[in-house]
Amino acid sequence: MAEALQWARYHWRRLIGGATRDEDSRPYNYSSLLGCGRKSSQTPKLAGRHRIVVPYLQPFKDEYEKFSGAYVNNRIRTTKYTLLNFVPRNLFEQFHRAANLYFLFLVVLNWVPLVEAFQKEITMLPLVVVLTVIAIKDGLEDYRKYKIDKQINNLITKVYSRKEKKYIDRCWKDVTVGDFIRLSCNEVIPADMVLLFSTDPDGICHIETSGLDGESNLKQRQVVRGYAEQDSEVDPEKFSTRIECENPNNDLSRFRGFLEHSNKERVGLSKENLLLRGCTIRNTEAVVGIVVYAGHETKAMLNNSGPRYKRSKLERRANTDVLWCVMLLVIMCLTGSVGHGIWLSRYEKMHFFNNPEPDRRIISPLLAGFYMFWTMIILLQVLIPISLYVSIEIVKLGQIYFIQSDVDFYNEKTDSTVQCRALNIAEDLGQIQYLFSDKTGTLTENKMVFRRCSVAGFDYCHEENAKRLESYQEAVSEDEDFTDTLSGSLSNMAKPRAPSCRIVRNGLLGNKPSNRLAGSSFTLGSREGASEVPHSRQAAFSSPIETDVVPDTRLSDKFSQITPRLFMPLDETIQNPLLETLYIIDFFIALAICNTVVVSAPNQPRQKIRHPSLGGLPIKSLEEIKSLFQRLSVRRSSSPSLNSGKEPSSGVPNAFVSRLPLFSRMKPASPVEEEISQVCESPQCSSSSACCTETEKQHSDAGLLNGKAESLPGQPMACNLCYEAESPDEAALVYAARAYQCTLQSRTPEQVMVDFGALGPLTFQLLHILPFDSVRKRMSVVVRHPLSNQVVVYTKGADSVIMELLSVASPDGASPEKQQMIIREKTQKHLDDYAKQGLRTLCIAKKVMSDTEYAEWLRNHFLAETSIDNREELLLESAMRLENKLTLLGATGIEDRLQEGVPESIEALHKAGIKIWMLTGDKQETAVNIAYACKLLEPDDKLFILNTQSKDACGMLMSTILKELQKKTQALPEQVSLSVDLHQPPVPQDSGLRAGLIITGKTLEFALHESLQKQFLELTSWCQAVVCCRATPLQKSEVVKLVRSHLQVMTLAIGDGANDVSMIQVADIGIGVSGQEGMQAYVNLLFWYQFFCGFSGTSMTDYWVLIFFNLLFTSAPPVIYGVLEKDVSAETLMQLPELYKSGQKSEAYLPHTFWITLLDAFYQSLVCFFVPYFTYQGSDIDIFAFGNPLNTAALFIILLHLVIESKSLTWIHMLVITGSILSYFLFAIVFGAMCVTCNPPSNPYWIMQEHMLDPVFYLVCILTTCIALLPRFVYRVLQGSLFPSPILRAKHFDRLTPEERTEALKKWRGAGKMNQETSNYANQSADKSGRKPMPGPSAVFAMKSATSCAIEQGNLSLCETALDHGYSETQAFEMAGRCKD
Amino acid sequence: MAMNYNAKDEVDGGPPCAPGGTAKTRRPDNTAFKQQRLPAWQPILTAGTVLPIFFIIGLIFIPIGIGIFVTSNNIREIEIDYTGTEPSSPCNKCLSPDVTPCICTINFTLEKSFEGNVFMYYGLSNFYQNHRRYVKSRDDSQLNGDSSALLNPSKECEPYRRNEDKPIAPCGAIANSMFNDTLELFLIGNDSYPVPITLKRKVLLGGQIKCEIQKSPGGDNLEERFKGTTKPVNWLNPVYVLDSDPDNNGFINEDFIVWMRTAALPTFRKLYRLIERKSDLHPTLPAGRYSLNITYNYPVHYFDGRKRMILSTISWMGGKNPFLGIAYIAVGSISFLLGVVLLVINHKYRNSSNTADITI
Repeated sequence: MAEALQWARYHWRRLIGGATRDEDSRPYNYSSLLGCGRKSSQTPKLAGRHRIVVPYLQPFKDEYEKFSGAYVNNRIRTTKYTLLNFVPRNLFEQFHRAANLYFLFLVVLNWVPLVEAFQKEITMLPLVVVLTVIAIKDGLEDYRKYKIDKQINNLITKVYSRKEKKYIDRCWKDVTVGDFIRLSCNEVIPADMVLLFSTDPDGICHIETSGLDGESNLKQRQVVRGYAEQDSEVDPEKFSTRIECENPNNDLSRFRGFLEHSNKERVGLSKENLLLRGCTIRNTEAVVGIVVYAGHETKAMLNNSGPRYKRSKLERRANTDVLWCVMLLVIMCLTGSVGHGIWLSRYEKMHFFNNPEPDRRIISPLLAGFYMFWTMIILLQVLIPISLYVSIEIVKLGQIYFIQSDVDFYNEKTDSTVQCRALNIAEDLGQIQYLFSDKTGTLTENKMVFRRCSVAGFDYCHEENAKRLESYQEAVSEDEDFTDTLSGSLSNMAKPRAPSCRIVRNGLLGNKPSNRLAGSSFTLGSREGASEVPHSRQAAFSSPIETDVVPDTRLSDKFSQITPRLFMPLDETIQNPLLETLYIIDFFIALAICNTVVVSAPNQPRQKIRHPSLGGLPIKSLEEIKSLFQRLSVRRSSSPSLNSGKEPSSGVPNAFVSRLPLFSRMKPASPVEEEISQVCESPQCSSSSACCTETEKQHSDAGLLNGKAESLPGQPMACNLCYEAESPDEAALVYAARAYQCTLQSRTPEQVMVDFGALGPLTFQLLHILPFDSVRKRMSVVVRHPLSNQVVVYTKGADSVIMELLSVASPDGASPEKQQMIIREKTQKHLDDYAKQGLRTLCIAKKVMSDTEYAEWLRNHFLAETSIDNREELLLESAMRLENKLTLLGATGIEDRLQEGVPESIEALHKAGIKIWMLTGDKQETAVNIAYACKLLEPDDKLFILNTQSKDACGMLMSTILKELQKKTQALPEQVSLSVDLHQPPVPQDSGLRAGLIITGKTLEFALHESLQKQFLELTSWCQAVVCCRATPLQKSEVVKLVRSHLQVMTLAIGDGANDVSMIQVADIGIGVSGQEGMQAYVNLLFWYQFFCGFSGTSMTDYWVLIFFNLLFTSAPPVIYGVLEKDVSAETLMQLPELYKSGQKSEAYLPHTFWITLLDAFYQSLVCFFVPYFTYQGSDIDIFAFGNPLNTAALFIILLHLVIESKSLTWIHMLVITGSILSYFLFAIVFGAMCVTCNPPSNPYWIMQEHMLDPVFYLVCILTTCIALLPRFVYRVLQGSLFPSPILRAKHFDRLTPEERTEALKKWRGAGKMNQETSNYANQSADKSGRKPMPGPSAVFAMKSATSCAIEQGNLSLCETALDHGYSETQAFEMAGRCKD
Repeated sequence: MAMNYNAKDEVDGGPPCAPGGTAKTRRPDNTAFKQQRLPAWQPILTAGTVLPIFFIIGLIFIPIGIGIFVTSNNIREIEIDYTGTEPSSPCNKCLSPDVTPCICTINFTLEKSFEGNVFMYYGLSNFYQNHRRYVKSRDDSQLNGDSSALLNPSKECEPYRRNEDKPIAPCGAIANSMFNDTLELFLIGNDSYPVPITLKRKVLLGGQIKCEIQKSPGGDNLEERFKGTTKPVNWLNPVYVLDSDPDNNGFINEDFIVWMRTAALPTFRKLYRLIERKSDLHPTLPAGRYSLNITYNYPVHYFDGRKRMILSTISWMGGKNPFLGIAYIAVGSISFLLGVVLLVINHKYRNSSNTADITI
């Protein structure tokens, strides 16, 4: 009703105010989502956010113009510039940079005659060069974008033409909103469209969204209700429906709207009906849709906001330093201007050399001093290392080039390398201090392996299964080589078909399937008589480790009781086992059907398996059973199709004979019996033969090996079914169910077919699926049970949620209720047990509804579904109404295996001083166990668990823990001094105390509260590892934000945000900086000269030389250094992750480093000026001849300075240095020979030539260079000898032979280990189990000294990140690939 | 979530698994360069490794320094200040602008004889020939012989560009302030009859300055060539009658050329004349008493300037300058000393510089 109102209002608004499209791009936020309470006030506003889509067809032409005319078409343009606006716009953008503005300012300044220092024209040169270079770079980038755009825009798709009345090929760019588009399999969707038709009889279409969100599994999309039932393809000509939906937004996970037929009947639309641009149609022959969003309004494009600008720490630091340089410049210029004023007041009358103004006026000293200030700014402009920004940028480009071309990050399976998206953070990679990690998929393989289950209170620990997993692991470690070849072949196999390939990629994170392994699991499987040979094709979908589940023997035994014998009416058995058996049946049915798994046959992947005979009535399968029974009771193996299935089966008795008794035996247990017997006795039984023939027909179809017969237990053919699930958990459960011969055979929107071993094929009419979401943490299916004909809800979800939804049993209830209580307790115990083992737990529950209840619910649910605005909440409410009073069936424990190398990586990262936070949605026990397993927590860590129910309690607990921690540290007085402020609390190693913090989602909420934030951070900074369990995605991002903003540290969030992992040299830029600061020394030379020329702003260097000095001779070497610098070899770094720490503290670019460098530069400039000064003092040398040795010496100083500072020199360095020197001399000589009147007043004529014949020139240059570099050289030498930094020491390793190296490494570590061992030994007596021994003070002390060698930090550091060590290449790839947002 | 949408992915159409596997992969080349495995020299600066460098520097620098020092000491040099600000000075009378021309004579004694070619310099102190506006105040095109520039000098020459509507040749402040004292040297023998010493010009300058720079704009008749121009304000004579030698007039006058090469520092000397060695047997300037005759034109006293006449022999390293030699010796010694210190350090700390031996 409200909607009708809204609709009216909307149209009214449309009529009056026209489109209010400016509001459209606003994404929905939480408040609007939850704003149901304010609905009335919001309604008018919401109305404005709707968009009406009218088919782009003849009859609707007017209407189309009215509504859809203004919508963007599908052409995309991601370029910034066009040919016309390139120059102005690029200039405009470039002048947004401070550096260029500075240059411009200088140029303009130089045009003021009074302050002119150089020739006007020449001063423009640097600016022009910089602008041109950057403009060319931008232009090329844009051109590349343009080409890609063009390529995309010109892709062909089939669009319905209103003229030709058929689908014709058209470019993507010509697609408009309202167009009908027909896509075939494997085609990319050109625009967001509502799915109107699918060749799939069930109206399903599968899309692959890997291009969009990186998730590689298929997603189902549903034809709009009402259209799915149509047999023929939707005819655009007859399409007279309008679509109303929300305006474009970037939320990929929602789409709201409805379809209004011409008869005003409305059908709700959801994201299930929307095909997103950029996705690929899979597994569906053809689809037709109507475009609702096109081009830049598609969700995909709205999400593609381009790379975020990330300011690197270094850049921030550089900025402050530049500010200091500005200060320095101002001081120097002031000195110059004051000096000039004083000088002038002394020589004011002396016209001899105090040249008057052109108009013979003598300006007053004060004014002259003021002018001089500006002149000096021009003169000393190079002091501001503006070119630094350009250099840094170039250096970064170079580094990223190396990162991207690093073979270690190359992934063969996907043929892709690391992609660096944000330039700026490259160097920050070396400075990461905090690492946030998701658990699933990052630490773990995201390969769920069914490990244990608990049904009806009995735990089945699946020991065989565990054994299998172990043997599997061994096999992996045994033949690594073999693995490679096989996985290679796997990928080859996958190649012909894109979708399969995709899955291989998914699976490669643990790419270890080997033939031998497959063989071994086969033998295991066949012995058990239930497992199947892993088909190679199947392996491409899911690795055998996931698909093979070895049934628990006990459970199998119980399964074998599901025999007709058990149900024989005459057989008097106690009720209990019977009930349990029913539980087991229900449990496995739930495993098999409570999911959204897509079934396909590998021979023809994506060709859905269908049962043509299954018309839709749930009764039918029962009929079948009956008919079969009837036939079989006459002649046992009359049906050839069933024959093949039954004969080889060993453990399962022939069932059909006793089918009927089975059902009748069930009578007392459930209230179904009447209906069943009714059905059985109904005249419909006569239709059985027809049904049977149909079945046979289907069997003869060679293509589809999916008949019931083949899938009977013991038949290897059953494995030919492939399951594709949205999450690996689901798949694991389905595979587990299959292992118990409860095989999911097919799934359509209407029904699910399960082949339940002993019971035969069962077809469930699928009434509803309430999909999984993170709020509810559960999913449900509503089915009509084929046997009982009741409406049954199967729910599967997180244990905490399910446990709360169970029906509350009255204490004095009937025995089943009591039993339910017992089961519940037992299951809870098992769940805890599973969690302790690090298994992911899920609870399975069911609920039986009466038809009336269901009808009631359905009505409400339908209302919820069709509402547009607060549909989510309504759906949630609706789900809540359904999922309650559940009966617990059991629980499962799934193992999410750790990724290869994870513990080692975590350990290394710890050693590197990186704090790791694991943010996971798992329950506490699971999370802690995973944390232990991946060495995130060490056994002797002190664990603090924050799990409180209120904010105050949380705060109290935190302060208690803090106190305790502080007390621990006070045991070591010298450490206390380190903990000066909150932002730099002592590193845990300092105190020798390793602490881990576990915090639950609920408590996290309190901790993230503003008042507790600070305390929380303080606490966490004490802890080496923090595990947040039960955290919601929102909380995860909040945590990251909190740490990033409050501690101002470099963080790396795996799974979101920062996406590049690499080897990088942080301090390379530091080198570049010092190189640039060398320039300052050079500039200071000009400054010193002012003292000898009356502060008149004379430059003793030709301006051309000055420019070339900047642009060529001294800028290329630092850049090369920056790019190629490498201090320690990768191998050594791998072995010594501790080295990462220096980079983390960005030692190479500390504040004092800047000042030291500045001081050094000051000294160098003094030397560089005064050595030649004293040499040539009183001689007849002229200005530019005096400048020449200064320049030459400065060049040598700068270059040799770099050599001293650099850690490795390759032939490239040598080449650049020699090239620099040679080009300098060549330039000076050529310039000197050619230029007579090039650049008045300076006259470089023959100066260099003369100097090169003069021995004094060489003597001066050598002497100057030596004196200038001596202090730094000595400093470095002393540092190297007396206080070697770990990095320096590590460099020694590179020189050793491999044997010596191992030895040395042992010794390096030895000290630490030895001490640790003694401490452990001491603790052993105290706590033998050793999980959380508290290191006593002595142990703490020992550990302290052990680590001190690593802590002792040298000042110089160029550090490659140890991250490449931390993450094996696959993981690195994973990280890169995973960080899609 | 999921904002990885990127135009390129779209084109690629999902996973790159083209059938048959095209040869082109994105696998980076496994080259030494791309993988940063270039053979590299990794200097590790420790006492042990750099010890030789210090000793070598010491061993090389000290002899060089001694050599330079000795050479510098062997250079004979004498400076005669003739500013005349002191009342006792014979040139004191010339401070007054009224006395023109003012000629004063200063006597001096050479203790030791000067061997070889002797160079005669005039030296100015406190004269900022390197002042920015002063340095700029010239027209190189004019000096280079460009006839249009001769009559229309560059604006840089202002305010010494035109005088009474005539272009100044040579224009600018540098030329205007040209040094114009005349120095003459006499050997006063025992008979107290002063013998004039021949002061030469061209021989020296020819090699140093290429005449192309300041080619005279005229051919035979210089005066004709400079017609339409006027002399700089401060000059006594126009540029074409600077010297009696007709080949040493105009812009190629050697005194003018020397002056136009602006000095780098406020205290400087400029070459005036050369006293050529006559024979190997006799010293060029034997020890004894000399007199310096100065035609005092150039006023420096009112900016506290000094004027000097310098006689100096030269060596391979130019004029007398003890600094370079001392500096070399000092640096060499320091380096040697550091070497010794490092030797000690190396001996003491050798163990700790090697990681393998670290024990705590």
